[in-house]
Order: sequence, then C-alpha cells, then structure tokens
Amino acid sequence: MDTGAGVGASTVATADVGAATTTVVRAVGVQKRFGRLEVLKGVDLEVRRGEVVCVIGPSGSGKSTFLRCINHLERIDGGRIEVNGHLIGYRERRGRLVEDSEKNIARQREEIGLVFQRFNLFPHKTALENVIEAPIHVRGIARREAIVRAESLLGLVGLSDKRDVYPGKLSGGQQQRVAIARALAMNPSLMLFDEATSALDPEMIGEVLDVMKTLAREGMTMIVVTHEMGFAREAADRVAMMDEGRIVEEGRPAEFFVSPREARTKQFLSKILG
Amino acid sequence: MLATVDWHTVWERLFHPDHVFLRALWTTVYISVAAQALGVVLGLIAALMRMSRVAPLRWLSGIYVLAFRGTPLLVQIFFVYYGINLLFGFSLIPTTVSFGFFTMDGAVFGGILALGLNEGAYMREIIRAGIDSIDKGQMEAAGSLGMTHGLAMRRIVLPQAARVIVPPLGNEFNAMIKNTSLLFIIGVYEMFADADVHYSTTFQPVEIFGAVAVWYLLLTTIWTMIQAAIERKLAVSERGEELSFRERMLQAWTPVQAWARAR
Repeated sequence: MDTGAGVGASTVATADVGAATTTVVRAVGVQKRFGRLEVLKGVDLEVRRGEVVCVIGPSGSGKSTFLRCINHLERIDGGRIEVNGHLIGYRERRGRLVEDSEKNIARQREEIGLVFQRFNLFPHKTALENVIEAPIHVRGIARREAIVRAESLLGLVGLSDKRDVYPGKLSGGQQQRVAIARALAMNPSLMLFDEATSALDPEMIGEVLDVMKTLAREGMTMIVVTHEMGFAREAADRVAMMDEGRIVEEGRPAEFFVSPREARTKQFLSKILG
Repeated sequence: MLATVDWHTVWERLFHPDHVFLRALWTTVYISVAAQALGVVLGLIAALMRMSRVAPLRWLSGIYVLAFRGTPLLVQIFFVYYGINLLFGFSLIPTTVSFGFFTMDGAVFGGILALGLNEGAYMREIIRAGIDSIDKGQMEAAGSLGMTHGLAMRRIVLPQAARVIVPPLGNEFNAMIKNTSLLFIIGVYEMFADADVHYSTTFQPVEIFGAVAVWYLLLTTIWTMIQAAIERKLAVSERGEELSFRERMLQAWTPVQAWARAR
C-alpha cells in the first residue's frame, strides 16, 4: 500500500505560528574550544520562524561545530544559544550558566531535528521503525498513530515502498531521506542539516536536496550547513559565511553571491564556484 | 595397556547413566546457566558503572574487576562459600536457600554466586568492548531525537552491541560449563562429584574420569553447535541481508513478484 499520496502542507508542522516571538534561534557570542584550539570565537546568528539559513565556509571554519552546539551535542564555553526563547543546554543560576539536567536537555532536543552527514540511521531497525522509534519511546505516542504519521512522512520523502527495508539495503540518498523523515517525526520547530549531502554519491545529492527544498517551501525553519551553492542560492532566505570561528558575512543569496562585501567571502566563492 | 581398561565400566558410565548421575548432570547444566546469567547481569552493571560520570562508581567497577580477575577462581569459591558468613557475622549462605516455590542447596547457591561474580568481571570487559564498537553517531542520533542516555543505551546501543558480545559470551559459557566442576570441593553434587564418588568405591580412575570427561565434551559440543547457529543468524543480519517478516512472506508466496522487484 502506498500511503504517501495525501502529503500536503499538513505533514510538516509549522506549529505556533502565532506565538509571541518569531525568533526561533538566537545565538549570541557563542564560543567553543577543543582543548587549546578555539573553534568558535563568538558566533552571532538570529533565525526567524520559517526562515532558511545556509551556513557556508571552508572546512574547519566551525560551521558543523556551531550547528551541533544548537542542540547541545557540543557544550559551549561562552555566549548563549536560545531556541524558541529557551536557553539551550544551560540554566541560569545567579547570573552564571550551569549545565542543565539530562532530562531537560533531552526535552529541548525533541524540538530540534538534526540530520547528520553520515545519516546515523539505526541499522537494527527498518525504515519505518527508525521513524516511529522516538515518537513512541520519547513522546509516548500510540504505536498505531505513530505508524500512520511515519507512513505519511516516508511518503513525503518518496520512500513509501521502503518502509520495511533495513538501512543496510538502502542507498545513501535513501538512507538520508529516511533520516530526514525520522527527524520530522518529532514535529520539530527547527531542522538542522549538518552537511547532509556531503557523504553522498553525486547522483543521489539531488534527491535529498529536493526533499530539503520541499521542507523549505512548506515553511520549515532550517539551518543548513552545506557546500551546495546551488541549493543555497535557490532555497535560502539568507546565507552566512563562516571563517575561522566567526560569521564574516551574512546576506540574501541574490546579493551575497553576486556582490559579496568581504574579501574572505569573495576568495571562498571564487574558489568554490570556479 | 588398553587391555587393562575395564571397558564395561566405561560403557555403563556413558550409555547407562543411573538416576543419580542424571541429577548431577542436570545440576551441572543449571548451575552453568544460572551462573552465566548472573555474570552477564553483573558484567552489564559493572560496564555501565565503568562508563558512568560518577567517579566512585567507576572506581568500584575497577576494584571489582581487579579482585575477581586477579585471584584464582578456586579461592573465590572457598571465600564466598565459607568466608562470607564469617565476614558478615551471620549466615548469608544457609544450608538450604528457599525461593518460595523451590529450595536450593546452600552449596549450590554459594557456587552460583561465586561463579557468577567471577564471570561478571570477565563479562564487563566483553560488554564494554561491545558498547565501544558501536559508532558514536548512534548515541548522537538518539540524543538528537530527545532520548536520554539510558533510553538510547537500552533501545539503540545495547541491541547493536549484542551482536558483538554474543561470540565471546559463547566462549565464556563454554568455560563456565567446565568450571562448574570446581564446585565439587564445596560439596555440590554435580557431574564431577558423582564421578569422584564412583572412583572412591571402584578405584578405576581411567574409566570413571574418562567417562565424565566425555560427558563434559558432549555438553560443550552441543553448546558449540548452538553458538554457531546463533552466530550464523547474527552474521546474516550484519551483512544487511536481513529481510523483514513481511518481505520473507512476500518472497515465499509470490516468487514472481520477488523476482520482478529484484530487477
């Protein structure tokens, strides 16, 4: 049975549109060190509801690390990150930030979908089981209900016929699309993409980007770390260029790609666009 | 030389086991299973303690392994059975242990405890290696979906680690079957104790101990076959050739459709 038919705007939750704040992500002066190496040297970024922000930059510039800080997969050494007005990973105690409890961090992460470069599907579970795992065991949703929703999400990513297949038998592009469906199953208000197409063969990149474009069109708030300039130009509302742990330039793609202001950006773009 | 062997006794011991022997055989089997199960549970707890953020738990786990891997099993058996009662000042291991619906000989209980404690130290290392072998991305993916560490461990990491853990666990169980024979010295009537009783009345060491060796060999051989079957099954799913139940049914009932889909 193909249940992927009735996929419309309802599949992707654009919840709380009328909420008091329209800012989904507010990062202020985020700093991160790995030992002596300073990876993030004060990153500021604001993302509004429904916005798609592409983060580009040379490898080692800290884009992935910054993204991972947003759902606290990495601790931060300075600054603060708020998602939907909630401080991520920390609590304020007498003007200082202390790490939050595991339970609270887990709860915050439910709101934030993350798609990894290496997919990280659960290999011992079928595509469908991957998608229903967290809704059932984290949210406590009834299995039957979770399956219905998972089937429509697999339809959204075009994999209704693969619901009972294990990740080992799926191509890279298919695995990544299941991973996107898995993240969407938690109804996140924010989706993070960490070089989601970098590990894919060229012919599979398009199918994953298409799904991401669909999400962008349906109003999902997204931060996309990517090397795909075509995607950034087409789907992004804003492009941010990172270099050496800082965001050096930000702008609308039309201006950003045509007339970048900063020398670093010009240099990077000329290298990558040839 | 072989002519001096009393082949009739060997034949009797192998093919006409009496009632007493069969009970001893059963004792050997159930002590092995119970002690191994205890070892797996203790090993899992110790492995999780070893990875804990709480330092004293890590130390405790380290001391446990140090003590039980670093001293002879025989000493541990004596210590647990005779020593613990003195240590605690009361009878921790009474002569019979009652679990409500069935009672167990105190020596059997002490033996299972000692073997299980010893086994747990080895299982900790095996389980830890199994958990370490799972890609870090699995824990991160589970975490990014809002799972707590414990839930992710239970639902995502441990089921995958199990595949890595099963082969060495099988070897451990093989050793466990043989190690149960040590319990004869605290008075557990298992297979070796039965052989010893017969030896002391017949003074036919070659026949009696040779026959009991064959019985142990039989148990370990049966286990080796079971283990191989389990590992074959796990290897298939590791290659990603695992079919879901629905797919298997489809292929079984509609070969044409399966052929068409494969193309």
